Amino acid sequence: MKKIFAGLLIAGMLAGCSSTPTKEQEGAAVEDLKPLASTPAPAAAQAPKPDSATGRPLGTSTVAASPLKDPANILSKRSVYFDYDSNLVKDEYKPLITAHARYLTQNRAAQMRVEGNADDRGSREYNLALGQRRAEAVKQMLQLLGAQASQIESVSFGEEKPKATGQDEASWAENRRADIRYQSE
Amino acid sequence: MKAGHLIIFRNSIFLLALLLAPGIVHAALTIEIIGAGANQIPIAIVPFRAEDALATKITPVIAADLARSGLFKPVDAGGMVPVPHEPEQVVYSQWQARGAEAVVIGSVTLLPDGRYDIRFRLMDVVKQTQLAGFVYFATAAQLRLTAHKIADAIYEKMTGDAGVFATRITYVVKKGPRYELQVSDADGFGAQSVLSSNEPIISPSWAPDGTRLAYVSFERKKPVVYVQSLTTGNRQVVADFWGSNSAPAWSPDGKRLAVTLTKDGGSQIYLINADGSGSPTRLTHTSAIDTEANFSPDGQSLLFTSDRGGSPQIYRLAVGGGPAQRLTFEGTYNVSPRHSSDGKSFTFIQRNGNRFSVAVQDFASRQVQVLTDGGIDESPSFAPNSRMILYATVVRGRGILAAVSSDGRIKQRFSEDASDVREPSWGPLVYK
Repeated sequence: MKKIFAGLLIAGMLAGCSSTPTKEQEGAAVEDLKPLASTPAPAAAQAPKPDSATGRPLGTSTVAASPLKDPANILSKRSVYFDYDSNLVKDEYKPLITAHARYLTQNRAAQMRVEGNADDRGSREYNLALGQRRAEAVKQMLQLLGAQASQIESVSFGEEKPKATGQDEASWAENRRADIRYQSE
Repeated sequence: MKAGHLIIFRNSIFLLALLLAPGIVHAALTIEIIGAGANQIPIAIVPFRAEDALATKITPVIAADLARSGLFKPVDAGGMVPVPHEPEQVVYSQWQARGAEAVVIGSVTLLPDGRYDIRFRLMDVVKQTQLAGFVYFATAAQLRLTAHKIADAIYEKMTGDAGVFATRITYVVKKGPRYELQVSDADGFGAQSVLSSNEPIISPSWAPDGTRLAYVSFERKKPVVYVQSLTTGNRQVVADFWGSNSAPAWSPDGKRLAVTLTKDGGSQIYLINADGSGSPTRLTHTSAIDTEANFSPDGQSLLFTSDRGGSPQIYRLAVGGGPAQRLTFEGTYNVSPRHSSDGKSFTFIQRNGNRFSVAVQDFASRQVQVLTDGGIDESPSFAPNSRMILYATVVRGRGILAAVSSDGRIKQRFSEDASDVREPSWGPLVYK
């Protein structure tokens, strides 16, 4: 099982690289950062400059080049929020889910978990099931958009891993959430 | 039973040796009692002969057990000359004058092998006869358990119900980022950590023989069901299917577990073997949430939570098949059902507005009684004599354990300093 997972992890990383324009420079040093400027990531393109001057071999970090981690890329957006007692995916999250579905379609070796969460009111086990339902809703939409079921494991943390711990509507809303996490992360 | 007879228990006391946990937790739960039974039995407990020499004195533990039940009223046992330790030393008129209905007397004798001979007698002051008498042979480490067993014998004789002082409970303690699954005596003493993790642990459930716990751990970054032996400490994954695995509930024969799996889509209830062998048998077939299964004492049916009707309600399903029957109709949120051990009722959590309360419903009359004022009450479970319900609640932002009698009259609060305690479950009668 561990070996399979490691295999998937490497596959996921390679898949991540192949979809970026830096593929040819993979493993090379300082200069490799320049092509990054051509990606739609102005912040990322500016940040490396001080490093370039000192000659630190940033280019070996293939993960940094992944669009999944690029703050300017929608693929770095991972959270889908839900209304109270609802597993309806709101329209505002459709571009995010569409982008991840496209990524999974283009990278068939990539795998992700969708982690559902719930606010902490009521039964822990029922909340686990509510979180699961949210994760499942995101998974189904990804599948409708072309991802394969085997690429997506929907799981739930229920109320066990709250992002916000307050007993108020803002905190509860923050915890009614599904997060996307790639197997390579 | 004739006066003066003693029943000798040679083997039962040694059962305790089976709890070999990785670490002793020194912080004890302390218990605060609120309310009392309708009729409290006045009882005098005379300090046992030679118990002063013991590291754990027997009679204070017995007295605390009986007081905690809310069904007994202590009668002053001091100042008798001579202090009675044998039946012939009991002057019934003196105890009658103090209002006692029963007197407990006894003695402790150190044996050549280092163990203690502990004997007690329960004397009926009104009838002037012996109601019960037992001898126990215990090591120094078993003194507390022996006291609980004596309290059980007294409780059973005086109330007609089985005593549950010598049982254990389990619960999860959160200390900062750490989660510990602990097992303690029913009075919160002797807490031992059986599992420690950086990831959440929920839903611990006792095997019917009290030697194993099933629970859900998130250590694999998703919910997975484990079974852990309390005798060896060995743990085994029993449900790690694609998706989430949760809500384990033991069949009364200890061979199977009902669990909630999501491998086929939504949260549905399946039956698996408790050793993890074989493949799961699906018991529910809906597109709704079906979870929190709990076996009836006869093993024939399951209670569970389902939102198939639009809101979470409690249903019953025959294990052999057939349609599920809805049992709760008051309110829009009824969850976490657990049978009483006599099978006559079940406890659950009912939401009223923003308050979550412990409630009990009688199977025959369908009458619902809400037992707690509510707040954030969760995870109710019956004591094995069906008289008390242990549950989790929150006081000033901190999780604590509490218990309420099944008639709602007696309430107890357990508290441990500076920890967050949740997910309690009352263990079975195993020391009998």
